[in-house]
Amino acid sequence: MSVLLESLVELIRRTSAELPDDVNAALVRSLETEKKGTIAESALKIIERNIELAKRKSQPICQDTGSVIFYVECPVGTDQITFEETAREAVKEATKKGFLRQNSVDSITGKNDGTNLGPGAPAMHFHQHRSSELAVRLVLKGGGCENVGAQYSLPAEKLHANRDVDGCRKVILDAVLQAQGKGCGPGILGICIGGDRATGYEFSKQQFLRLLDDRNPDPQLDALEQDIFKTANELGIGPMGFGGKTTLLGVKICAANRVPASYFVSISYMCWAYRRQGVVLNANSEIEKWLY
Amino acid sequence: MLQLTTPISEAAIRSLKVGDEVLISGVVFTGRDAVHKYLHEGGALPPGVSLQGGIIYHCGPVMMKQPDGTYQCTAAGPTTSIREEPYQGQIIHDFGVRAVIGKGGMGDRTAEACKDDGCVYLHAIGGAAQVLAECVKKVRNVYFAEEFGSPEAIWELEVADFPAVVTIDAHGHSLHREIMAASKAELEKRL
Ligand code: SF4
Repeated sequence: MSVLLESLVELIRRTSAELPDDVNAALVRSLETEKKGTIAESALKIIERNIELAKRKSQPICQDTGSVIFYVECPVGTDQITFEETAREAVKEATKKGFLRQNSVDSITGKNDGTNLGPGAPAMHFHQHRSSELAVRLVLKGGGCENVGAQYSLPAEKLHANRDVDGCRKVILDAVLQAQGKGCGPGILGICIGGDRATGYEFSKQQFLRLLDDRNPDPQLDALEQDIFKTANELGIGPMGFGGKTTLLGVKICAANRVPASYFVSISYMCWAYRRQGVVLNANSEIEKWLY
Repeated sequence: MLQLTTPISEAAIRSLKVGDEVLISGVVFTGRDAVHKYLHEGGALPPGVSLQGGIIYHCGPVMMKQPDGTYQCTAAGPTTSIREEPYQGQIIHDFGVRAVIGKGGMGDRTAEACKDDGCVYLHAIGGAAQVLAECVKKVRNVYFAEEFGSPEAIWELEVADFPAVVTIDAHGHSLHREIMAASKAELEKRL
């Protein structure tokens, strides 16, 4: 096994079996917030126990190991073709080892060849940067929560949502309302205001690379993030939609330019099983440090 | 925390109400899309399977075949139930099902059947694959594995202290409906 292959298999293993520290901390905090003796508290306790068990047994946290999405930041001159071939090999290997479920289906024939490889699987996003560092981030995005993502086109008349920040707020909160009970909350929202239908969703997912407790450098977006987070957690939806105080663990919003004719708000929903990890690789492709 | 052991009597089911936490022990049968469609279209249960007083679990477990031919369950979280809404009510009625386990809740037709026939919907914790797999003590049998494939097959599982919450009871109450109405009202105040 090449060193790069080994490093990527380890990245997949750890992403699937262990939640990053910021997510764990948010879940611990929410357990403290929920009223004792409620079903919300019981649900969070089971979630905690599950996280602990998965880590100890090095087994997937959730059986739906999701869509496999790589984000690679690479120095100028990196051979992306070889990298992608190795990443695909790593996915196949990680599937054999049981770190990923056989989870990828041919959309037309319905066949599952058991490798998790196919058109668009895994998804690869490369970004060159001026630094000499090679950083690989991985998100495993479950299907249940992907199904409750939503894209709104403003104005949205039924919701009285105009083409302004208040309109964005209205559709985002509507998405939270509609997602209740589905998508395994407490959830995390990744949102893009603007862009086209494709880039809107793409950027909304990239928001999942941010740390839960970071703050948006744009004051207006920061204010909207804090507002949505607070308001959503006042609605009483709670973990699994059982009722309670923890509806969301985080809200991350970015904006992209749009053409004058379009105004999309694209919302991706991440379940509590928020599997995201990343590594910096050294010149020998060994894991130099973990990013989350 | 209430204990629920199969086979379950109608009286035991009628005593449950929305919000009750239960620990399930006994036998549960998995069934998802293929099984529900098949039964709804008049298909017969395989010999040896009875749902009378029993439990259907919306789950496509991950099973590892052992060298001695038995199976070990390595992940057993619930799958989204609403896909079975077109079939569930009829199946509850025809086969005497007393409880359905899944996630995400079900609709009015299932709630009706729960009320009429004495059945409840039990919400398991979505994503808790490891905790729930530990509650599966034994994989007793598998049916329709050839026809429907492993995740869609009927797996006969022996479980102990499997945790779930009653979210649709046999009295016409649905936690899903209640929380939706309450949260909608709260949101309207904040728009
Ligand atoms: S939504 Fe997330 S936690 Fe729920 S089943 Fe899917 S991947 Fe697992």
